[in-house]
Amino acid sequence: MGILFGIILSKGEIISWFRIQEMFRFQSFHMFGVIGSAVVFGIITIQFIKRKKLRDSAGTLITVSTQDPGYARNLIGGTIFGLGWAITGACPGPLFILMGHQGWFFVLAIAGAILGTFSYGLIEKKLPH
Amino acid sequence: MDKLIEFIQQPWPWWVSGPLITFTMFSLLYFGKSFGVSTNFKTACNLLGAGKVSNFFKFDWRDQLWNLIFIGGTIIGGFIAAHYLTPSQAVAISPATIADLKAIGIASPGSSYVPEEIFGSENRWSLRSMVFLLGGGFLVGFGTRYANGCTSGHAISGLSNLQKWSLVAVIGFFIGGLAMTHFFLPLLMKL
Repeated sequence: MGILFGIILSKGEIISWFRIQEMFRFQSFHMFGVIGSAVVFGIITIQFIKRKKLRDSAGTLITVSTQDPGYARNLIGGTIFGLGWAITGACPGPLFILMGHQGWFFVLAIAGAILGTFSYGLIEKKLPH
Repeated sequence: MDKLIEFIQQPWPWWVSGPLITFTMFSLLYFGKSFGVSTNFKTACNLLGAGKVSNFFKFDWRDQLWNLIFIGGTIIGGFIAAHYLTPSQAVAISPATIADLKAIGIASPGSSYVPEEIFGSENRWSLRSMVFLLGGGFLVGFGTRYANGCTSGHAISGLSNLQKWSLVAVIGFFIGGLAMTHFFLPLLMKL
């Protein structure tokens, strides 16, 4: 599945720094089209799963986890992530995909991300959520 | 068959990529998993021993093994796409973006997937590159853990599940992204 995802995002140019710039400048529909259509189909898919009470490959009822509540954690965390997204031109998925696509040196960005995640873990209790 | 290969080798339109992403989420759900890439950073911390310093990282990484394999796959996918499925690295971005980026110091926006000036082989060890890669990466890692999700978790899974908090998170993504793009990027490009 990962391989497919890597190909999909690569071919969809979602991993391109330039596409992300376009998106944050609202100068093209492309990225909004990707995310938008994914969400529209996602809503349909999840509604379908819920109504039909679909089971997964192991036979368990499929449940989609709910998100943690809280304005602080989502807005502030989201904003910090957004800052990073615009500068690297990639969110987590693309960061890994770019390693295969452009080169191993993106591992620096991933190292940064691991450091970032680690730092969060250390000071998490002191932050508003 | 030739037509199919030709189609695959072009950049894919949004109405192909979007639904395929949904398909990815669905497949993961079918296998009893969830769609969320940023969790892998947390797992990496755990593997590197972070569980000893903080309870936040105390969990069994084997629960997330499937996710690690998933991103391993994405790396391979990126490689395959770059070397076998994409004859041209150019990205057809809008003229307005091209003009904007030229104004802040990027010579030929869209000639490849990522800007040469920052990520190209002669430039990648510069201070600027380090700030972009390490600093940017840091922000991504910190922010995604704080908000407990990235685009796969919030924008796609969360919104598809009509979660109000995911919408708040995505609004946050955009506030950050817009601030960086419009205020900070021109400054950082001068490094």
